[in-house]
Amino acid sequence: MSSAAGSVARARPREQTARRRSRDPRSSRLAVVFTGPFFVLFVLFLFWPVLSALWTSLYDDSLVGGSSWAGLGNYGELLEDPNFWAAMWHTAFFTLLSVPPLVLLPLGLALMVSRVRRLQWLFRLAFFAPFVLPVSVVVLVWNWLYQPGFGLINSYLTSLGFAEVNWLGQPGVAMVSAVIVTVWWTFGFNFVLYLAGLQEIPRELYEAAATDGATPGQQMRRITLPLLASTIVLVTVLQVIASLKIFDQIYLLQLGTPGPENSTRPAIQYIYEAGFTQYRIGYASAMSFVFFLAVVAVTLLSARLIRRVGTKTVVTE
Amino acid sequence: MSTIVGSGAPGGLVEVPGRGGWARPVIYAVLVVLALIWVVPVVWAVATSLKPDAETTVAPVEWFGSKLTLEAYRAALDQGNILKWYFNSLVTATVITAGTILTASMAAFAFSRMRFRGRDALQWMVLAGLIVPFQALIVPLFAEMDAFGLADTYWGIILPQLASPIAVLVFKRAFDALPRELEDSALVDGASMWRIYWHIWMPLSRATIAAVGIFTFVHAWNNFLWPFVVTSAGSLFTIPVGLATVQTSYGALYAQQMAIAVLGALPLLIAFVLFQRQIVQGIANTGLKG
Repeated sequence: MSSAAGSVARARPREQTARRRSRDPRSSRLAVVFTGPFFVLFVLFLFWPVLSALWTSLYDDSLVGGSSWAGLGNYGELLEDPNFWAAMWHTAFFTLLSVPPLVLLPLGLALMVSRVRRLQWLFRLAFFAPFVLPVSVVVLVWNWLYQPGFGLINSYLTSLGFAEVNWLGQPGVAMVSAVIVTVWWTFGFNFVLYLAGLQEIPRELYEAAATDGATPGQQMRRITLPLLASTIVLVTVLQVIASLKIFDQIYLLQLGTPGPENSTRPAIQYIYEAGFTQYRIGYASAMSFVFFLAVVAVTLLSARLIRRVGTKTVVTE
Repeated sequence: MSTIVGSGAPGGLVEVPGRGGWARPVIYAVLVVLALIWVVPVVWAVATSLKPDAETTVAPVEWFGSKLTLEAYRAALDQGNILKWYFNSLVTATVITAGTILTASMAAFAFSRMRFRGRDALQWMVLAGLIVPFQALIVPLFAEMDAFGLADTYWGIILPQLASPIAVLVFKRAFDALPRELEDSALVDGASMWRIYWHIWMPLSRATIAAVGIFTFVHAWNNFLWPFVVTSAGSLFTIPVGLATVQTSYGALYAQQMAIAVLGALPLLIAFVLFQRQIVQGIANTGLKG
């Protein structure tokens, strides 16, 4: 990850001063001072909680006091807890539903916006602005839009002759409603990544192709999409990881309930409930750890995917 | 190098002259329609907030009430809480932003400019930190903060949000791109590493500081889950946590609900309109995501 590779030869003398500096004990001490603050925070608030989850999961710990060794008992319990697996499935289901629109829709729009000269800033504003809203604002507004009877969406549906939809209260629909909210809210982020990827494509390529008589459609297939492939992969991977962490919108839209007929509660919400409403820290930690491993596994798999595609965009080179 | 924006070259296809002329109007039409759909929820929220509350729950819907009134805003502000929430969000997001910039840039400076034992191991830790899903750790993290006596405090909100591996990587990439000659000549002049970091490297990295800063601030301001977990006292609620209580506590007073939603959205919306360019470029450059 360094731009120094090309200047290795020139860097030789500098390399030596650097080595001399590293033998200097003051330099090592200085490095401790520079990296220390970050790593103290890192260990305390990222590293330690992971270890602590693993450790606590072996106890029947409770926030209200009392602790006894449980061995793998918590893990045995979660294997047979249908609510846990339902919650894991809801998280996976939300991911499956939300990733395709959040990858493809912004792509289509970015391709269109990159073709217009005027009003680009206006489109960028309209599509990206929701992303800076706090989730509670988003949910307040959409809860209002989704209301039966006098809600905007249902009101228009009925006036157009359609039946009302129970957006938040019907199993099977409630999750889709959460996905719609999420698409509206976070769409702009991926849109901006695509716009940046499109800007990176050298304009000369299009000019040369146009000179050779390539139609816009051919330019799209032969230039734009191949050169955008790495961005598409990157957006997909980031989106999968973000979707797996779903909690806020669903929790707030459903007012903290498991949703109609327990159809929406995601993994993090179930962990939250075990920890903070039932005070079962040990059990919550066991679930946290399993969920943690699942997310890390998916992340690593997707990182491999990125590398295989040979991306040269944002994250890697 | 992977910095994407900055060339200023407009992307996009080049049309063969005399061909494909029909495409652009169609694209404009599609885009305008979609943009309208995208802003409808916001416009509807604002329109609702300007109505008398009794006129909000009528079917079929009316975009305008019998009169425009700021009644709902006065009621929302009279509850007084939102000013406190603004303050809490401002304090925590500011400290988180300053702390993240400082700790991440210092660590990145060491990685970029010093050789020391354990450097590779530490860099691997940063990379590993990238994949740790913070959201999966709320329970052990809360137990830890509780043990420190930091639950229900500003520090309880702030501290766990400070360690940002992605910020370290972004700073390191920016520092790596700076010419080393600057540092060498400063060293010859006898400047200390502190001076080089603070007086040379940081001023040269203003764009990166802005990108990391804006992003960290927006993320901290909007973070819901962690402040929601670690605070139970209403006096410590941030904007997202406080607004989450509105839906249940205001009942069906939709004009007031929308008024307070608009108030909650305003600070960052205004900031976004003002800093649109920097925010968008920052994302494009770094690929930061919450």
